[in-house]
Amino acid sequence: MTNWMPWKIARKELKVISRKRSIIFYIVGLPLLISIVFSIVVKNQIASGIPTTISLGAESIIYIFVVLATVLPSTIAAYSIVGEKVEKTLEPLLATPTTDGEILLGKSIAAFIPPILSTWAGASIFMATTDYLLLNAGLGYYYFPNWNAGIMLLLLAPLAAILSIEIAVIASSRVSDVRGANQIAGLMFIPFVAIFFAGAEGLFSFSIVNLLIFAGIVTIVDVVLFFLSRSTFRREEILTKWK
Amino acid sequence: MMIETENLTRKFGSLTAVDSLTLRVDEGEIFGLLGPNGAGKTTTVRMLCCLISKTSGSAMIGGYEIGNEKNAQKIRKIIGLVPDNVGLYESLTAYENLDYYGTLYRRTDSQRKESNEYFLKLLGLWEKKDVLAGTFSKGMKQKLAIARALIHDPKIIFMDEPTANLDPESSKTVREFILDLKKEKKTIFLNTHNLDEAQRICNRIGILNNRLMAIGTPEELERSIHGRKTVIQVRQVTDSILDSLKKLQVKNMVRAGNKLTFDVVNPEEENPDMINAIVAAGGRIETVNVTSSSLEDAYLKIVKENVQ
Repeated sequence: MTNWMPWKIARKELKVISRKRSIIFYIVGLPLLISIVFSIVVKNQIASGIPTTISLGAESIIYIFVVLATVLPSTIAAYSIVGEKVEKTLEPLLATPTTDGEILLGKSIAAFIPPILSTWAGASIFMATTDYLLLNAGLGYYYFPNWNAGIMLLLLAPLAAILSIEIAVIASSRVSDVRGANQIAGLMFIPFVAIFFAGAEGLFSFSIVNLLIFAGIVTIVDVVLFFLSRSTFRREEILTKWK
Repeated sequence: MMIETENLTRKFGSLTAVDSLTLRVDEGEIFGLLGPNGAGKTTTVRMLCCLISKTSGSAMIGGYEIGNEKNAQKIRKIIGLVPDNVGLYESLTAYENLDYYGTLYRRTDSQRKESNEYFLKLLGLWEKKDVLAGTFSKGMKQKLAIARALIHDPKIIFMDEPTANLDPESSKTVREFILDLKKEKKTIFLNTHNLDEAQRICNRIGILNNRLMAIGTPEELERSIHGRKTVIQVRQVTDSILDSLKKLQVKNMVRAGNKLTFDVVNPEEENPDMINAIVAAGGRIETVNVTSSSLEDAYLKIVKENVQ
């Protein structure tokens, strides 16, 4: 792994990101904040004496972490690619014997790991707190982890994160600043939030079947966008056509 | 031959950035490419570094022909690039910047450690090795960018305006460093606007304005304009002096008072004959000067002719 070129590139990206306080605060802080806020929400629900209906709300809250996984990686990916463009570091990088694919993969790994770990950490805090509260309320078993949460966090969240990175790569070729790339990539947030509200309105249930179908759709979109982002991230394109 | 191009052309839509460029650069040579903004210098370097493709023509870098990805990988291993923008990672230290590039060139840990230390010490940056590159002065950044291009011991180094925006002292350091690289038999392809710099360090110079307008040593280019001139100040110019000089078939004699100016190709051979003719005609010579057209004259004339 340590001699694998994409990993070497990813390590450098992670080092650079670790020195950007605003990004760290955003990546670590947001999932943590959501886990704390929604743990309080669950506590209040339990206090109002309706533990049997908690399942619907708890699953929706886990889905919020999937939505987070659509937002956080694009921030790093946009910074990692557009940031290099702005700082004019891409040309010497492209003059090295690394392939376009290695560079893209390295940057994607760096954009994937911190947000997904942070999302999982936030979700874990929420699940542990919820379990503690429910056990104390007399539920009698551990509500989390369950299959629904597992599919959302271990399948849907990584797929959403990949989607977020791919869109950020494509957006990076069309804009000249990090904020612009982030705004375009952020549009992907909309369909995922729409699902959340559909769930809240009873139009969509976070059942295992529905989640697997949703994951299948995201996988197909991921594959299509992979080829699109791959064709965007070529030396020739970057140096002659990117804004 | 380390760099060889034959009718190398690059078009962007209807715009021809580089038109039928043919040149050769030997091992250990410093070749300067001069030209105004938009002349195609950076496009040329980008093609030769396999960063962008050619439209037509051919080019060999270190024996590998550009134009396919397999050779491009081999070429990138033997070249170093100092782009016009230094392009350093400002949130990494000087050492980390070099070390990262060492890893990209697949250098081992010990090789990287050795070369990082060697170049940082050589360029006087060792004391600042743990300082973020973003805090460096322009000169220090430029030095670090040069070190980065050399970290894998390349045979050919492409430099795009390496002393642009540097103060005179930093420019001098960079120029001296480039001359040191020549001693190590590195081949250097230098894009520059700086005529003085080109004249001081380049073995040969090409003047590019989308097409290669002229190529040669700095001296050859200077002479290519109107060669050199001999200016002889005589105490009193007489008709017999003028007749004697006409018999010598001197070129483009211009008289201004008692000052006579002639075009000369080889003043060491032609001047003694002219002096003898003047003295034999009874003239008394006060001063003899040989003037040359400068590289700047040559450059401006060549570029101006191209525009017209």
